[in-house]
Order: sequence, then structure tokens, then C-alpha cells
Amino acid sequence: LLVCLCSGPGAGQDVGRSCILVSIAGKNVMLDCGMHMGYNDDRRFPDFSYITQNGRLTDFLDCVIISHFHLDHCGALPYFSEMVGYDGPIYMTHPTKAICPILLEDYRKITVDKKGETNFFTSQMIKDCMKKVVAVHLHQTVQVDEELEIKAYYAGHVLGAAMFQIKVGCESVVYTGDYNMTPDRHLGAAWIDKCRPDLLISESTYATTIRDSKRCRERDFLKKVHETVERGGKVLIPVFALGRAQELCILLETFWERMNLKAPIYFSTGLTEKANHYYKLFITWTNQKIRKTFVQRNMFEFKHIKAFDRAFADNPGPMVVFATPGMLHAGQSLQIFRKWAGNEKNMVIMPGYCVQGTVGHKILSGQRKLEMEGRQILEVKMQVEYMSFSAHADAKGIMQLIRQAEPRNVLLVHGEAKKMEFLKQKIEQEFHVSCYMPANGETTTIFTNPSIPVDISLGLLKRETAIGLLPDAKKPKLMHGTLIMKDNSFRLVSPEQALKELGLAEHQLRFTCRVHIQDPRKEHETVLRVYNHLKGVLKDYSVQHLPDGSITVESILIQATAHSEDQGTKVLLVSWTYQDEELGSFLTSLLKKGLPQGAS
Amino acid sequence: MAAHLKKRVYEEFTKVVQQQHEDLSAKKLRLTKPSKSAALHVDLCKATSPADALQYLLQFARKPVEVESVEGVVRILLEHYYKENDASVRLKIASLLGLLSKTAGFSPDCIMDDAINTLQNEKSHQVLAQLLDTLLVIGTKLTENPSVRMRLVEVACKHLTDSSHGVRNKCLQLIGCLGPVEKGVAKEVESQAAKDVQKIIGDHFNDQDPRVRTAAIKAMLQLHERGLKLQQAIYSQACKLLADDYEQVRSAAVQLIWVLSQLYPESIVPIPSSNEEIRLVDDAFGKICHMVSDGSWVVRVQAAKLLGSMQQVSSHFLEQTLDKKLMSDLRRKRTAHERAKELYSSGEFSSGRKWGDDAPKEEIDTGAVNLIESGACGAFVHGLEDEMYEVRIAAVEALCMLAQSSPSFAEKCLDFLVDMFNDEIEEVRLQSIHTMRKISNNITLREDQLDTVLAVLEDSSRDIREALHELLCCTNVSTKEGIHLALVELLKNLTKYPTDRESIWKCLKFLGSRHPTLVLPLVPELLSTHPFFDTPEPDMDDPAYIAVLVLIFNAAKSCPTMPALFSDHTFRHYAYLRDSLSHLVPPLRLPGRKLLSSPVSPSITPHEDPSQQFLHQSLERVYNLQHLDPQGIQELLEFTIRDLQRLGELQSELAGMADFTATYLQCQLLLIKALQEKLWNVAAPLYLKQNALASAAAKQILEETYKMEFMYSGVESRQVVIIHHMRLQAKALQLIVTARTTRGVEPLFGMCEKFLQEVDSFQRCFISELPHMQGSFVDKLLDLMPRLVTSKPSEVVKILQTTLRQSTFLHLPLPEQLHRATANIIEPTGESDNPLRFTSGLVVALDVDATLEHVQDPQGTVKVQVLYPDGQAQIIHPKPADFRNPGPGRHRLITQVYLSHTAWTEPCQIEVRLLLAYNSNRSKASAKIPKATWNESLEALPQSENGIEGTIPFSKPVKVYIMPKPARR
Repeated sequence: LLVCLCSGPGAGQDVGRSCILVSIAGKNVMLDCGMHMGYNDDRRFPDFSYITQNGRLTDFLDCVIISHFHLDHCGALPYFSEMVGYDGPIYMTHPTKAICPILLEDYRKITVDKKGETNFFTSQMIKDCMKKVVAVHLHQTVQVDEELEIKAYYAGHVLGAAMFQIKVGCESVVYTGDYNMTPDRHLGAAWIDKCRPDLLISESTYATTIRDSKRCRERDFLKKVHETVERGGKVLIPVFALGRAQELCILLETFWERMNLKAPIYFSTGLTEKANHYYKLFITWTNQKIRKTFVQRNMFEFKHIKAFDRAFADNPGPMVVFATPGMLHAGQSLQIFRKWAGNEKNMVIMPGYCVQGTVGHKILSGQRKLEMEGRQILEVKMQVEYMSFSAHADAKGIMQLIRQAEPRNVLLVHGEAKKMEFLKQKIEQEFHVSCYMPANGETTTIFTNPSIPVDISLGLLKRETAIGLLPDAKKPKLMHGTLIMKDNSFRLVSPEQALKELGLAEHQLRFTCRVHIQDPRKEHETVLRVYNHLKGVLKDYSVQHLPDGSITVESILIQATAHSEDQGTKVLLVSWTYQDEELGSFLTSLLKKGLPQGAS
Repeated sequence: MAAHLKKRVYEEFTKVVQQQHEDLSAKKLRLTKPSKSAALHVDLCKATSPADALQYLLQFARKPVEVESVEGVVRILLEHYYKENDASVRLKIASLLGLLSKTAGFSPDCIMDDAINTLQNEKSHQVLAQLLDTLLVIGTKLTENPSVRMRLVEVACKHLTDSSHGVRNKCLQLIGCLGPVEKGVAKEVESQAAKDVQKIIGDHFNDQDPRVRTAAIKAMLQLHERGLKLQQAIYSQACKLLADDYEQVRSAAVQLIWVLSQLYPESIVPIPSSNEEIRLVDDAFGKICHMVSDGSWVVRVQAAKLLGSMQQVSSHFLEQTLDKKLMSDLRRKRTAHERAKELYSSGEFSSGRKWGDDAPKEEIDTGAVNLIESGACGAFVHGLEDEMYEVRIAAVEALCMLAQSSPSFAEKCLDFLVDMFNDEIEEVRLQSIHTMRKISNNITLREDQLDTVLAVLEDSSRDIREALHELLCCTNVSTKEGIHLALVELLKNLTKYPTDRESIWKCLKFLGSRHPTLVLPLVPELLSTHPFFDTPEPDMDDPAYIAVLVLIFNAAKSCPTMPALFSDHTFRHYAYLRDSLSHLVPPLRLPGRKLLSSPVSPSITPHEDPSQQFLHQSLERVYNLQHLDPQGIQELLEFTIRDLQRLGELQSELAGMADFTATYLQCQLLLIKALQEKLWNVAAPLYLKQNALASAAAKQILEETYKMEFMYSGVESRQVVIIHHMRLQAKALQLIVTARTTRGVEPLFGMCEKFLQEVDSFQRCFISELPHMQGSFVDKLLDLMPRLVTSKPSEVVKILQTTLRQSTFLHLPLPEQLHRATANIIEPTGESDNPLRFTSGLVVALDVDATLEHVQDPQGTVKVQVLYPDGQAQIIHPKPADFRNPGPGRHRLITQVYLSHTAWTEPCQIEVRLLLAYNSNRSKASAKIPKATWNESLEALPQSENGIEGTIPFSKPVKVYIMPKPARR
């Protein structure tokens, strides 16, 4: 049997546009349905025609699983389900189901309303698509159909991110999605049990990085904000609405609380408010601290962080503002930046990576004079800081997850080929499992060695375990029984029962063997000699001399007759059943050696 | 056997009937209580169904069984056991057997054979397991008997092959608890079974059931605890168990590995997949470090905790735990810590970070990077970053222990500890601050580290700030900028949280005395003196200014050149502060001034301290006063008391001793005054005056004796006797006074009897001390006891009076250390003129902050009393969590007191004070009430003695101005 994995229309050695197709024991599952942020044409969505040339997707796919709400993992979902056409079940966790439509709607607005694109999915399509979604809980085993079952594990990364185990029979695949092995201020660390899947599909964004302790980063961040605020300066933190923004909010909120600070913190409104609402609801998905203290106070009900109003930017005195978008390329964050850039007391902190060409990238690379639209020159006097707060597992984290799950094969996706090569080598070296890293559209086939479950009747099991030594988990054990394969099920039963069930009569197989012995004496004397000899040798067996002149050793029968031609030669007839083969052959060889001379 | 059994039952039966009979005839009121065993027997015979029988047994288990009847009960139970078909009833019987054999005073060897016999025919696994459990109980009661133990171990070994995990579990437990530990014993009984227990247990390390595996490891650990030296061979087996699927197995295996690493630290083990060999302790350390990133947090906590106690590990391995070997895109990256250090050493500090500042530098050889099998690598980095705070705390504790034993490690782990000051959970922050304090002898803080440490001073939690002050008290700072920084931050802290005043001053005191040379160059700046111009005199009452002065004066103590930099007003302020805050400002040798107190030359040891000598001399003098006339005695006592009190004020270390003796002498003085013959001979109409004086004296003596007994820590039994003796005398005095003033004999009867009882109990409690009390009141009294018991009250009183007068004054021996419990209310200060206004009927919370010294068990004894102007008093018991323990003998009470009252017309003052509660039972030599062994059946026993409970006020009352306003309609 084999698990056939087809690294499908997207993903592979690429960040963005995650979409993986897995065929496992005849079931087809699509993992994630992401879009690529970098493209504005057809390339932004995965090529679904790859899955099936003709025929409906619904017939081909058994289910679709979405790991978390980032658009590179779920952005193509309405397109896929409504425009291409898929009516089967879509699985995601509760928080993902709640937040995903907000992000999709936001994305749709930007593409359609702002950029004026047509032929894009509509709000109604998003709604219809969400109706097909089945929400799952952590560690809940969901039966998709009779054979296919899936189970979600906590993955950290963002609220509601999950790793999924897909299981058919005894074959299983674990798909990690994006995950984080170090906890942060609002989420815990990814965790999986020793489920020993046949294949682990892991992201590998940071395949070649081992990160420093997050504490230094946090402390630096807080210190900088604190110092600026104490000086009376303003701090601008451009963020994307979801994910890191919440972590930074919690970080600042607790710091303000601890240090008893009074300067206001603002958060630019919009979709964040809605999202924050969900963060408040899904407390069980957050880290230990938030879960423990929420009885007193829900950490997401910020005391110090208030909604931002455009007019506040001109207020005197210190303040901290979180504003979208994160790369300072447009919108509110850019407006505020322009207002504050001139004062050296102020500071801007970039908490993430910036794409080339954006204002964020320019100021990070040290540019101090920016040309804005309308040939305006903006001189940047404010301090520019970079702080990386990323929520992906680093190389050590990936290795740790592999150690926890103990997979038989590993497949790396969602990363750069060169970096993956290094990690692949490491994984093979450390764990002695084979590791794959397919390119986009490439198919990887993995052969598994499935174990086949067999039902055994209790009576037989008890009887067989009673024989021999203690049961030992680590050693295979030999058992005797009859295997019945019927209606796709396997049963191991005792031979008698098998015969009964099949309505067959029992056939006995007997071996007989003649042994010639030179013995001039009378027949019964020979028998007696043989009897004494056997009795002497086989001390542990019951050797009996029957009145009719034959000898039995257990169930083996020995009879002696005189040779018809030569009276001096006696013929010993040894007869045994198939079951006693071992003893029977031992006896014949023993008798062939002849009787000891002295004995009588 | 059966016949014997039956006979026993009937014996008991008949006996019981008789008893019932007796009972009925003797005391009619008492309900008859048939013997346990008989009743049980009857009940069990009556039971028709297993459920019934189970009910009976359950009921039976609720009541205790007397030691004498245990055996009988056991026999009955066994008999039913053999008859019973239902497994659940047998199970209950088996568990009862175990409970019964736990009964104190019962030796279970007589039932052991039967218990073992029952095992033979038992089919049910659960009952088997329960029976083995019973055997375990029996075995633990008979540990001294090696043959019994051998036998039980044999039984256990036999059942190890059972198919049920429960049975195997219990067998292993039994072997672990009872297996032979000494080699010698094993040889003696070689004929029976020369069994190597370790091997038997070791075989079960690979059992198919995780519970059995765990039990096997636990049994092994148990053997170790009992003193058996485990074999090194187990080590490799245990290492395999670290990769087990089940967390409890892994957790136990970690423990086992730790034990082995402590047993064989120096032996050499090979590294698999290479030819190298390392020390076992290093190997084990690496393995346990590995477990710090286990999937289960229970295991992680366990591993992190154990790491701390592995001090023999080589430093090379130890330092790896803090190194995670960062890289980015396959290039070596420096940690933020390394960068900070470099920035610091290059002299460029607090530069803004540039983009790409942390860009990775050198290329890494891909082959050399070890991602996971690196053992110790970064274990603490992971532990400190863990998701669960339990793990983080354990990691911090482990760091602390390791750092205490290795200075170089302490230096290295500093950065990580400092990072933990920003943890999200307060407990973790607090723990890391404490840890840092503990290792502070080994370290010197760099400026950037100090900066991070000081940033925490703004924390809103008082505990954190105070812990940090304590930390700063004992840190070493390397530069004068560091000192300046610390001072600035502390002053900032002071303005933000004025209540931290005391703590900050104390902190600066130590900071100053530790770094005099670093403070010296800062003095002109700190005092803002100018070489030419006079600067305005700072406000003397400004806490910040006082803080600066405390720092400078303490530094000046060991830096004689410093006073030259002071301006005139500084000297004046010095004199003022030396007087008002003498605990913070040391005596200085100032030019042109005499030292206030003469320098104590170090050659005089405290033992020969003149003041101590004075104390002893004055006491000697007092004890020789037997032969003086009454007037002389009184005068001498008065003088001595005065001397002692003054001495106590002057010499703080002798204060406890002096006060204690002064109180004792005071009691004696009162007694003598009350017994003056003149008073007792006056005519009846004048009794009143005499009565008032004597009874007041008696009352005061009683009070003082309670104070002596409960307010001083370090009082030994020798002193307790004398205190009680004094109390007895006071009671005698009371009795005499009442006898003379009351008419009629009736009330006296009761009083006399009570007094005699007290004498009796005194005798019982202090029987061993009586020989030392020759010629004392009680000594004489006991001689007269036979007469007293028979005589009339009036005669008793007469005898008492003469005995009191004639008795000698007892010598009070002084203990080595004696401290008086003191309390000082820091808050409320009682200075506020603004009344605390609140609506009547509602409550207002008053913050109370007090320091307690030399109070034993403050959680149980310290109360807060609130006295309202209308005489209403309220006693509040603070929560145990309100007490903190900052140092030995010191406690801090920070609590909130809720006040409420009906409306007043104008604000008025209430008094808040602390009380020390006592219970005269507590200190008595009487043993505690023995706990009943029978579980869940303990009915609250009535208090055996009705002890006298009371309170002693031991702090100065503080007045708080409050104003309950009438509620507005």
C-alpha cells in the first residue's frame, strides 16, 4: 500500500499560496487554499485545473482543511468553492472560521473597490463559502466519512492556528500549517502527541535560523517605547491588523499596567476592533497567563489601549499608536508617519519585514530623505527601529516537533529550496527518516508499511498467551491460529472454530514411518525394550505401554511387527499427526539410531 | 483452624453479652455498645445480598475499632472472605484488613499468614491487588522482621507474572518497600531465594503496561531511598525509558537517572555512535537537559528542577546550557546578550539600533551544526522561555542553585536572569529577583545590566520593588556612573511610590557602605555644592534629600576624606539624622567633633561585654536579698528594675534579656508589696483599700506572666516553670483576697478546689523541674498538700497566706538568646489631619503595614485591633498570605482592615494596634491530641483542657482620623 502525495497546485518550495493535495489510501484531501500576495493576475490563486482535468472537484476531493486564517492559507477559498465549484466539507477551527471571513471581505474590498478589479468573488460568495465550513475543536476526532478522520492540534502562530492529523485506516499524515514552538505574549507553543504519522508535512520558513531568546527582543522593544514616551515623544508602530498586532498590544498593555504609565496608547480602528472581539471570545486558544487571569480580567479588554481618531495625531504630549498597514505604503500609518517624521523625539518601530519599494523598506535601509507624491521631500528625523517578532518555528523548533511526533517520513513545504536542503540533510542525519522537498506541482510518492489489524478471539488469545513466557511489548510473538479473510475483515480464530464456521470437516494428516531394527527376540520383548529405552530418554513425556502391544508417546503410536522375510528384523511402525511433527521426527531419528545394546 | 476460629467468635460473643449486662446495671444512662466483631458478624450473616454486605462493611468502616478487638474483627472478616462469592465485597474486606492492621498498637504478624493464604485461591485481579496492598501495610508495620519481609517479597515475586497491571503494580511496590536492602540479609536467606531484587524490578522496566513501568521505576527509587546502592547497569536501561511514550514513565525515569548520576558521577560511559567516552554525570546532565524540551510539561518541570542539584557536572557542559548557537541563513549570529556586552566594552552605549545591526557575520559549516542531539545545548534558554510558568520557575531555581556553586556560571547566567525580570507572571519575576540576590556575592553588574535591573523599579507591585531593593542592597556595582544611575532610579521610585521610603533608605545605606570609593567623586554633585558660591540649604524633611544623605554618610564611614567636602548645613543635618534615623546613619569621625559613642574596640568579645556583666551583677545582687528588711528589698528591687529598663533602652541586643528580667522583678515587687503585713492586719472597714491594692497587684502579675511566657522568643522550659510558678503565686494571692472580702463559705469551696487542681496540674507538668525549686512556694505547698485537701477553705487560705510569705524568691536563670516580640506600625502613620470619609453603614478599607520582629508563627497569633471612640473594639485576623518573611525573625504584615460605623457628627480618631494572641494550652508540655488512625471517622474531640486565651497588645497604638457620614437620602 502507498500514500501518494501530490504537492499540489501551490506551495512547495515557495512562501505564499499554500495549497497541497494529499492522496492517502484512496482518499483525496486538499490542505489549505491560499493566495499569493505578490501577483495581481491569475497567478495569485492556485491552479485548480491541476487537480482534475475533467469532472467536478466535489467528486474528486473528500475534504478541504484550512490550517489558519492568514490569506496565504485561505485567500483562495471563496474562489475555489464558489467560482470553481466545490460543495464538499471544508474544515477549520472555530476562531479561524470566525476571523477568516473578515479578512476575506477586507481583501475583497481592497481588490474590487479600491483597485477596481472585476471577475473577483463577491461578499455573497464569501458567505456561501463559509456555510460549507465545518468547525472543529482541538483534539476532536472528526469522521469525514467512514474511513477518513481528522484531528486538530494546537499550533501557536496565530489565534486558531492548528495542525491537522489526517488518518485513513492505519495510515496517517500530519500537516502542520504554520506553527510556532516558542510561546509568545498571547499564544502558547505548538504541541503534538507521539502520533507517529507516516508522513509529516511541515512548513520550513526558518529552516536555517536558530532564533535568540524572545525576551531580549521584548525588553528592547519595551525599553525603546518607554524611553521615547518618557522623553515626551510619540511612537508609531505600523502593524497588520491581526496576529502580531495583538501580541504587541498585550505586551504594551501589561507593561503599562506594571509600570503604572499614563501616556495613551491608540489603535487605529477598522477591522481590528472586530478581530479583537474574537480574541476576547477565544480565550481557550491563548496562552497560560491569559487563560489563568481572564476570570479577573480579560486581557484583551484593554485598559490603556483606546481607539484612534485621526485628530489625535496632532495632540501634544507622548503617545503610542498602532496603525495599519504594516509596511507604511499607504493608509493611516503613512499619514501619521508624515506628520511625525520631522521631530527627532519621535520614533517609528517596524515590527516586521518590509517589501522593497515601500516607505518602510526605504527608511529601514537608512534613507533619510523621502520623496513623497507631489514631489514633496520629507525629511525623516524621527528614530527608526526594527524589531522582528515572527511566529514561525525556527530550525530547532521544527526538529523539536519532529521529535515529538516521530514521523516515518518528513516533507518540507513553505520555504526556500536552498534553506530546505540544509534542514532536510539535518533531519535525515538526526532522525534517520527520509525527507522530501518537492517543488511546486511535483508529486512525491511515499511507500508505507501499513500494519493490518486483525481481530482475534479472546479465547485463542488467552490460550496462546498462556503458553510460553511473559508477554513482551517489544518482541513479536508467534501464534497459531487460522486467519479468516471475509468481507474485508480479518479474523484470527482457533482452527476448530474456523472449521465450524466454514462448515468443513476436519482432515487429519498423519505421517507414518517404518523403522527397521535388528532384533532376534520376540515381538513383545522388542516392544518392551523399545518402551524402556524411550522411557529412559523421554523423561518429560508420558510414555505408555498399551495392552495391545503398542506404545504411545503422547499421541504418537508405535507398533512393532516382525519382518515378513527376516524374522531377525523387526519393523517399527511410527505414526504421528501433523501437529506432533516435531516430536514424531525426533522419535524416528532416535529409533533409527537403534536400541542400546545393554538394555533388555 | 476453622474450629479455632469459631471458638474465638463465640468467646467474644459471650464476653460481649456479659459486658452489656454489666453496663446496664452500672450506669443506666449509657447506651450499650456491643463489641465490634460480634456486631459485624451478626450483620454479615444477616446480609442477604452482596450489596447489603457491602453496606454493612461501609458502615463498619466509619467507626474506629479498639486495639484489643482488632484481631477478632480480622478473623471474622477472613471467615466471611472465604465464604463470599462477590468480588466487590471481598475487595472491601481486603481493604478493611489493611486499614485494621494500621491500628496503632496492633501487631499484624498474627494475621499475616492468613492474608497470604487468601492470595492462593483468589481469582479476581482487583481483589488480588487489594490484598497485596494489605500485605504492604502489614509489611511496613513489621519492617524490623527480615524473615517476614523476605516472605512477603517472595509472595510478590510469585504474582509478578499476573496478567493484570494492577497486581503487578502492587507487587513491585511491595518489593520496593520491603525488598532486602542489606547485602548480608540476602545471603542469610539464600536457601529461600537468593533473589536480586534489582534484577527483578529491572526486568519490569520493559513491561507492556506503562503503569507497571512507572511502578518499577518508583520501586527502584524506593529501594534507593531505603539505602540500597543501585547498580550502574541500570543506567542504560533508564536512558532508554526516557524515550517512553508515557509521561509518567519519562518523569520517573528522569528521577532515576538523576539518582544514578549522583551515585556514580565519575564513572565513564561511552557516547553511542562515536568512540568517545564521558563522565556519567555529564552524560546524565545532557540527557536531563534534553528532557527540558519534552512534550509534557510535567516532565519538563521535573527535569528543570533536577538540573539544579547536579553540581558535579563539568563547567564545559554547564555553560552549554546557556548557549543556543544562534544562526540565521546558516551564518553564525551573535545573541543580543553578546552584542550588548560588546557595545558596552567598546564604550559605545545606548546607541540606537540600526537596521541590520544584528546581521549575521561568519558562515557556518553546515556539518557542524547540531540541531537537536546537542544535549545540554541551550537547555536553560528553552526552560526560561517555556510556555508554562511552572517550568520557568523551576528553571530559575535550578539556575540559582547551579550559580551558587559555580561563580563562572553565575557570571554567564546573569543576562538570562536579568531577562526574566520582564516575565509576564509576577511570581517568576519575583523568583528571579530573589535568585539574583542569592548569587549576588559572585557577580558584579555591568552598567547595561544594572540599567535593565533598575527599570523594574517602576513596577507597580510592591513585592517586586522591595525584592529589588533587597537585591540592590547586596549587589556590586562596577562604576560610579552605575551608582549614580541607581540613585537616580531609586529617587524616581521614591517620588512615584512614596511609601517605599524606608526600604529605599535602607537600600541606599548598604549601597553607600559597599561602594565608598565610587560615591566619593559623586559627592559634590549630589550635595550640589559649589567651590565658590553658597547654595541654598535643601529641605531637611525631603525624603529624597534624606536618601542622598544616607548614601553619602554611609560611604563616608569608611572614607575619611569625604567629610571635607561637606558644607556646614550638611554637618547640622548629620547631627539631626544621626539622632532621628540612627539605624540608617552610622557614627562618623567628624573633624572637630567628639564621637557620640565611644568606639567599641573589637578585642572585647560580646561575652565579656560590660553591659552584660552589669546585667548579671545586678541580678546577683537581687538574688541575695533574702536577708534584707522588707523596706530594703523593695528599694533594691525598684532600683534594679529602673537600671534594667535603662539598660534595655541603651543596648538593643540586650533589650530582650533586660526587659524579661525587669518584668520578673516587677512581679516579685508587686507580690511583696501586696503581702505586706501591715495591710493585712488592719481592721475590717479598711479592707476595701487593701483589697483594691492586692487584687490589682494579682491581676497585673497574671498579665505580666502571660507576657513573659508568650511575648519572648527563646524562652526555655526552665523559665516557663518559674513564670508558671509566679502565676500560681498570683492566683494564691487572688484566693486570699477573695477569701477575706467575701462573706460565706460557699463560693470559697469552688475556688479552693480549682486552686488545688491547678497546683496539681503544675506538679504534673513540671515534675522534672521540681527538685530545682527547693524552698519555693510550690515546694512548701506540695509538702502541705495532704493537709490542704482535707481542710476547710478558711484554713486553706490561712495556710496559703503563711506559705506565700515564707516562700523564697526563685532565681530566674537566663537563656542564651531572648528576644522580645515587637511590632511597629508603619502605616497608617497617624499624622494625617484629613479624616477618612465614608458613608456610614458601608465599609472603608484601611491599609495597614507593619513590621514584626521575633514573632513565632505570626500567621496564627498576630491580630489587628481597632478601637472605636465609643469603646467598641474589633479584632481582625489577617490572612496568612498577608504576612511576608523578608528575613529570619522578621515579618512584614501588609493587610487591609475594613472599618465601618454608624454616622458621626464630626470626625474622630480610632485606634489601631496589633495584638499577640496566646492560648495557655499551646506552650504546655502536654502532648498534642493524638490523631485517630481510623480514617474519615474522626469525630471532633472536645478540648481536653480549657486553656485560657487572651491577647497582649504589643505595638504602639496608631490613631486614624475617620468620619462616617450619614447616608444621603
